Formats: sequence, C-alpha cells, structure tokens
Amino acid sequence: MAVTQLVGAKIHRREDPRLITGHGHYIDDFVRQGTAYAAFARSPVAHARIKSIDVTDASKAPGVVGVYTARDFKGQLAGTHPAAPAFVAEKKYVPERFPIAEKEVTYQGEIVAVVLAETKGQAADAANMIQVDYDELPAVMDLEKALAKGSPKAHEAGQDNVCWDFTYTPLDLTEAAFKEADVVVKQRILQNRLAPVPMEPRGVLAEYEGFDKKLTLWLSSQNPHFIRLFVSGALGLKESQVRVISPDVGGGFGSKISPYPEDYLVPALSRMTARPVKWIETRTESIQNATHGRGQFYDCEVAAKKDGTLLAMRVVQYVDVGAYHGTFGAFQPVACLMAGGGYKWKGISARTVGVLTNRVPTDPYRGAGRPEATHLVERMVDLVALELKMDPVDIRKKNFIQPEDFPFTQNFGLVVDSGDYEKALDKALELAGYAELRKKQAESRKQGRYMGIGLSTWIELCGFGPSAATAPATGGIALVESAQVRVTPTGAVIVYTGTHSHGQGHETTFSQIVADQLGVPLDNVELRHGDTAEGTSFGYGTYGSRSLAVGGVAISMAVGKVIDKGKKLAAHIFEAAEEDVVFEHGNYHVKGSPDKSKAFGEIAFASYGMGLPEGMEQGLEAVAYFDPPNLVWPFGTHLAVVEIDGETGTAKIEKYVAVDDCGNIINPMIVDGQIHGGIVQAIAQALYEEVVYDESSGQLKTGTLIDYLVPSAGEIPTFIVDKTITPSPTNNLGVKGIGEAGTIAASAAVINAICDALSPLGIKHVDMPATPDKLWHMMKEARQ
Amino acid sequence: MKHKVAVTVNGRKHEHEVEPRLLLVHYLRDVVGLTGTHIGCDTSQCGACTIHVDGKAVKSCTMFAVQADGRSLTTIEGMATGDELHPIQQAFWDEHGLQCGYCTPGFIMAAAYLLEQNPNPTEDEIRRGLEGNLCRCTGYVNIVKAVQTAAKTMSGTPARKTQVAAGGN
Repeated sequence: MAVTQLVGAKIHRREDPRLITGHGHYIDDFVRQGTAYAAFARSPVAHARIKSIDVTDASKAPGVVGVYTARDFKGQLAGTHPAAPAFVAEKKYVPERFPIAEKEVTYQGEIVAVVLAETKGQAADAANMIQVDYDELPAVMDLEKALAKGSPKAHEAGQDNVCWDFTYTPLDLTEAAFKEADVVVKQRILQNRLAPVPMEPRGVLAEYEGFDKKLTLWLSSQNPHFIRLFVSGALGLKESQVRVISPDVGGGFGSKISPYPEDYLVPALSRMTARPVKWIETRTESIQNATHGRGQFYDCEVAAKKDGTLLAMRVVQYVDVGAYHGTFGAFQPVACLMAGGGYKWKGISARTVGVLTNRVPTDPYRGAGRPEATHLVERMVDLVALELKMDPVDIRKKNFIQPEDFPFTQNFGLVVDSGDYEKALDKALELAGYAELRKKQAESRKQGRYMGIGLSTWIELCGFGPSAATAPATGGIALVESAQVRVTPTGAVIVYTGTHSHGQGHETTFSQIVADQLGVPLDNVELRHGDTAEGTSFGYGTYGSRSLAVGGVAISMAVGKVIDKGKKLAAHIFEAAEEDVVFEHGNYHVKGSPDKSKAFGEIAFASYGMGLPEGMEQGLEAVAYFDPPNLVWPFGTHLAVVEIDGETGTAKIEKYVAVDDCGNIINPMIVDGQIHGGIVQAIAQALYEEVVYDESSGQLKTGTLIDYLVPSAGEIPTFIVDKTITPSPTNNLGVKGIGEAGTIAASAAVINAICDALSPLGIKHVDMPATPDKLWHMMKEARQ
Repeated sequence: MKHKVAVTVNGRKHEHEVEPRLLLVHYLRDVVGLTGTHIGCDTSQCGACTIHVDGKAVKSCTMFAVQADGRSLTTIEGMATGDELHPIQQAFWDEHGLQCGYCTPGFIMAAAYLLEQNPNPTEDEIRRGLEGNLCRCTGYVNIVKAVQTAAKTMSGTPARKTQVAAGGN
C-alpha cells in the first residue's frame, strides 16, 4: 500500500451532505407512474385454522384494484421460504413456509390476504374489511412446555416442536474435567426476545415490465444480490431479468438480511396486474412481522479449581425459532461455539435445541449468537469469582488466552487469529480508575447504597467468511466478497462493492482505502453499491461485521490488479523491464529515476489509446473476489458502573468505559460511532427492551414504540471509548470487524455491574431486561 | 369530501385539495413532494417526522394537513441556504451525528427548536430536549456532541471547516 494519508484519518463522511439536507433516497421516496398500493390483511391470532376468507366487501371498497388470497398466487410463486443450514446442518423439522397462509396461521401477523388499491389509504381501509373465519388452536409459547411430550404443536403438520437438536462435541473431555472440579457453578440465563427496530421500516416497490419480461425491485435490504437470487427463483425468472435496487437504507441490524413474504408477493402482484406495486411497512407491522433477535435461554454449568482456574463448561442452548425457521435462524447456535469466550478450557460441551413456537421467526440481530455467548460466559465467570471470593479481574487474567498462544485453536476447532486480551483489560481498568471505584463501592455499601462494577472481556468472530465454512452453511454460496474497479480514460475511479452500506459509511471508508492505494484524491473515487445491475455478478451483502474485513480486502485486491496492469503499460512506455517500475504516491517511475514519472491518470488515459504492449487489451479495470483464509477475531473490555436506587429499583449507568480492538483502523470516527451505537443496543437489551407476548393467547403485547421501549438520549449515558490495536494476520489490511462489537460486549458489563451491586443482598443473578420493577421485586424479596 | 389547504413550506406557497384525514407528514411527502421528512412509527414516538410549524417543532404525524391551513412550515429541505448548510447540519456532519441518516432530519429540526429555546444547553438539557426523537444507530453520543458544537457556532464562535476530502483540497 502507498504511504498512508487517508487510511487512519478522521475523514468526514461523503454520504452525509445528502442525508443531512433531506436528499437521501430511502425506499418510500421512490415513486413510479401508475402505482397501485398494497395493504396486507394479517392474522390477529397466534395459531388457527383458516376456515374461510370473505373478500366481498373489501373488493367493492372505493379504489380497490383487487383482493388476493393464497390461491391467487398459485402458479405465480414457486417454492418455499429458504432456510439455510447455518450452524446446524441436520434439522429435525422445518415447516414449509409460503409467503401467504392458506390453511393455517402460525403467528399473529402472518399474511392471509392482500389488497391492491389506488391509494395507500384505500388499500388500508379495504384490508380491514376482509372477513376471515378462524378456528383457533392452542398457541405454543413456552419453550420447555413445547418440548414436553404431548404438547400442542406450533404447526398441525409437525410431529413435535423440535426444529433442531444438535450436540457439537464429544462429551468426554468436558466430563473428565468436571471430575477435577473444586467448585461447580450452575445458572440458567435468559436472552430476552428483541425487535431490531431499524428507524426505517421495510418496504418494497416492484415494477414488472411485461413486454421486456423484466422486474425492477426497490427494497430496503442489507443484501440485494441474495434477494435477487431468491425472488427470481420464486417468480420463475432468470437473475438477469431481475434488478434489485437497495438505495439508502435506514438501518437494518440483521432484520433486512433475509427475504420476507412481501418481497415475493409485491413483485408477483406487479406481474399479475401489469402495474408498479408499492408497500411500506408500518411500525406495528415491523414489530409483529420483521424477524426478532435473541429469544433464548441457556442452562450453563462451569467447573473450576479453587485457585480460579476454569476447567470446563456444559451449555445447553434453547432457541425460540418462532413459527418458521428464519433464513439464517440457525446462525444463532454460533453462541455454543463461542461459549468459551477469551479463556482456556479443558473441555466445553454444547448442545443447541431449536424450538418452534407461535411467535415471529427469529433470525440474526446485531451480533447474532455472539452477544449471547459473551453474556453467558462473562456471567458464568463472574459467578465462579463470586463463589471463590475472587476479584472478577483476577479470574479473567488467570484464564485468558495469552498473546503468545495465537493463532489459538479453541475447543470447537475454530482458530482465533490474534489478540492481547489483558492489554485491553488493563487499559479499561486504568481509564475507569478501577481501584478507586472499588474503594468508592466499599464506602457506598457502608451507606447502604447499591453500586456495582461490571466487566465484559469480550471476543468475537466475524468477517464471514472462509468458503470452507460458509458454503456449507448457506447451502452452497460461499460468503466471499467481490469488487470491481473501473478507471475511466480521464482517471476517474469507480468502485463497485458487493457489500451494502446502511449507516456504516462505506462510501467514505472504502474510498479512503482506494484513494490511498492509488495515490489519488478522495474526490477521484466513486464508491457504488446496492444495485444488482451494476458491478460484479454477485455481491454478498453487509452483516456479521464482514464488509471491511472481506469486502474492503476485495476492493484492495481489485485495485492491486489495476495498479499491476498500469505497471506493465508504464514499463512499455518507459521502455523498461516491468520489475524495474515502481508505483509510489500515485506515480509510476523506473527505479532510481523518480523525476521521470507518469501519473496514474496519465497511464489510465494511455490504456485507452494505441500502441499498447503486445497482447494487452485497452482499458483499465479489474474484478476481484476475496475468500478469506479465516474469520477475524476482534476483542476488548467493557466496564460499566451502575448504581441502583434502593427505593425504586432503577439502575443508572454512572460510568461506561469501552476499550476495543478491531485491528487496524481505516476511519477512527466511524469506528467510534459503531461502538457507541452497538453499546446502546446492548444497554437497551440489558435494561429496557423485550418483545412480550401474552403467554396463553400468543397476542403481541409490545406492538408499538409505546410498549416496546427503544431508549432515547435521556436514558443513555455518555461513554469513554478507547482502542488497542492488534492487526489481524488474516488479511492484508490487518483489519477486523467493528459493526457488532458494542452489542456483543455491553449487556454482560451492565448485568455484571447490577449483580455486583446487589451481591450484598445475596442476589447472584439477574436476567434481562433489568427493569426497575424486576429489580425492586428482587430486592424486596432478598431483604425479607 | 376534500378540503382546501393553503400553506407556506420553506418560503413557498402551496394550495391543494386534500382528504380531511390526510396527515401533515403524508401531505408534505406525497402531495408537496418533500421526502426529507421521514416516517418511523405509527404512534408519534420516533420523531423522524419533526418539522417546524410557525417556528415550533412539531411531529408532523400528529397533525392533519387541514390543521396546517394558513401556517408557515419549515422542513429539513428548508434549513440550508443554497449550498450553505445550517450550523446544525454542519455540526451533525462534523461530529458524525448520523449513520443511516433516517432519523437525522427529525433530530436536526428538533435540535433547531431546542437551541432557539435554550441557546446554551447543558448535556443533560440536550438529552432531555431530544427525548422525543429516536435514533437506533449512533447511541446518541455524537448527536449530543453535534448539538453542543452547533450551540457554540450559533452563539458566535467561528465554525470549524469540515475536512471534506483530505488529499483533494
């Protein structure tokens, strides 16, 4: 790489001018002439047989173009909703899912009919006039009851409610290690079900042009190429006939990775009616229909020696799959593979059980499996420390994987690429003033106050991913990443990436990489994404903190190919041997004669001219696909200081320190921003958010932002954030992911602080969300 | 039955016949064609649709278009003067006060009203003053910073120049 000017610098975002002035292009901002608007009739009950659907009144309502039920889509849509193998190749039962229910509804919000009308209001009015006669069935809500023999079933056709039941390792090492134990600590740990709540709900605008047999689909997606793959397959079209445009996207957090029923129904309706069709999700539809995250519980046991040496862990993960298997729902068992955290263990045995219920399907949500792993291991380590009366810092330091151990093969055979966990921990302790905090805590306890200090020494695997691991997990397509770099005759550089930026700032960071590598001004580089009609044949989207560590590397590889071609051409022009030509600061010159040089732009112009070296074609462009040799492994330490009001049970975060390590940093401003937002999403899980259903009827009780508490600025403290830098050996940029780190780290720090605060009352464990009501009741009970 | 509504939006007069149930936010987006004002919820929690009505910050999903008859409205599109950003817009850019950008117009409009009411707010006053707006990306840290920076700029401290393209200029 050229001398760094931009990489590592706080460059202000190139996407911002349009976004701060109201000139972004989100899905609802697109308008096509002659559009009909769709509104969906959704099941008001969690589980029922559909006896009949009467659309008579709805069909006659003003402005209605048509009312459609499942049978109208027969012959229009083929196949069922995809369910990737992910981390559980062997499934017990995957219910078939069609985009629209015909005979049975299995969660509140499932689509039963759709209205097309001339206006949004008319469509919504008519959808309310559809009469559906339901024969209600018992709703399966409780995971343990759902696994009991004779339980009602989430799907009438199922044998039982077991979607998967898989054990990862032979148990012998773990069992042997448990025999050496001085102490064994057991805990059940809940993971509250969460709604992702991107501020922009989903939406689809489809325009099928019958004479050309071409479909253009605008939708709010993290993953446009995969949507093209799924939708073209379902509609019986070639991928070349479908263009997916995912414009400015107002957040995703995992909920815009997988295809949704509306992604199939809206384009099918456009084809059926020869009109553009548009649908924009309401917030209530979003909470009752967009995939949820977490929704799990873990039964954990940890064996340790008296001196604090961790020996072994047994984990059983129960995942609330929901009513259908989310496309990447079986990604969540990655929590089992990460359960050991940043520590050395003699053995870990892990079993995952996926349970079907009558709730919205779960799928990856920011962190997906890794927040759960961090939360359980960091909680368990604290419980061991409490049992042994050790400082939580000491038990961590005693058991960390050490810098000289890397690359470190962990219990499930995954190779952790690099790390220095103690360094990040020490830095966080120093920034927080740990020793002082403990003194302050002792004082405050004397005054009968509840102050707690919580640690989360987190690690993460991300950057999906190596083809050997990911091709089997997706069912065939390796999650590599592609890039195309095109240089025009005047030296303008257009870069196409297969990732999708929806807040991450790729237009800025990726351009920084390219501009540095080519030695050209940032303004010469245009970064494009989100339109399947442009760039490479396939892109892999943005999720799993993969964009920079896979996509950024692909871009730098493609740029490298362009530089190499330029070098051949420069050598020809200089009448020198290619190996004698060097490329520095945007100029080619012959070694030893830097004064006689050709700028990159001059070589670009020459590449479109005549007199090229023999065999060289005109033009200057290249494509690259990067198949990473390993995942990347960020890490860090978060420390939370919490004070709980003994009268009200309100937990207040008094101080929050985050020291994270994502390897080399392209743009520190953007990295910090990702950390801030990630932390808040995890604080939200720890203190505020939970999707609540009525446990008997399956009715969603948190269907609006009145009931589902997304925290505002008033609830959130400010943070002290810092970094350590341990470059990744996995890629040439030395980078790791950072998009999910904050969310992976923070819930454990907050809950550990709360448990520490309440430990004088004998309270050892608190589940999320730690609401004032919950804490008040726990404290009251403990005092009695 | 449709009703006549006459409003001034960002200094321009508009007259339309609208359904009485049409929300002001839908009027601005679908009738006037200003799509910078966003919709993020159905229940007036998220604040993405915040605009100014006669100078006061209002969630435009809480009003019908007909209620705006005769009023003067400012939307995010009316905040910059030509190419010159409003100091709050500039501060959001400088402080990385946005990521996906969807909530940003609402935050900028809410912040503008906040600073008009209280030109020199404390951090706590900023956090409380923006409680009616939700952001899912930034964790609010840089939004608060942006409002602090804007407060300084607007009270006369010279604005910092944004580094748009290092290496380019």
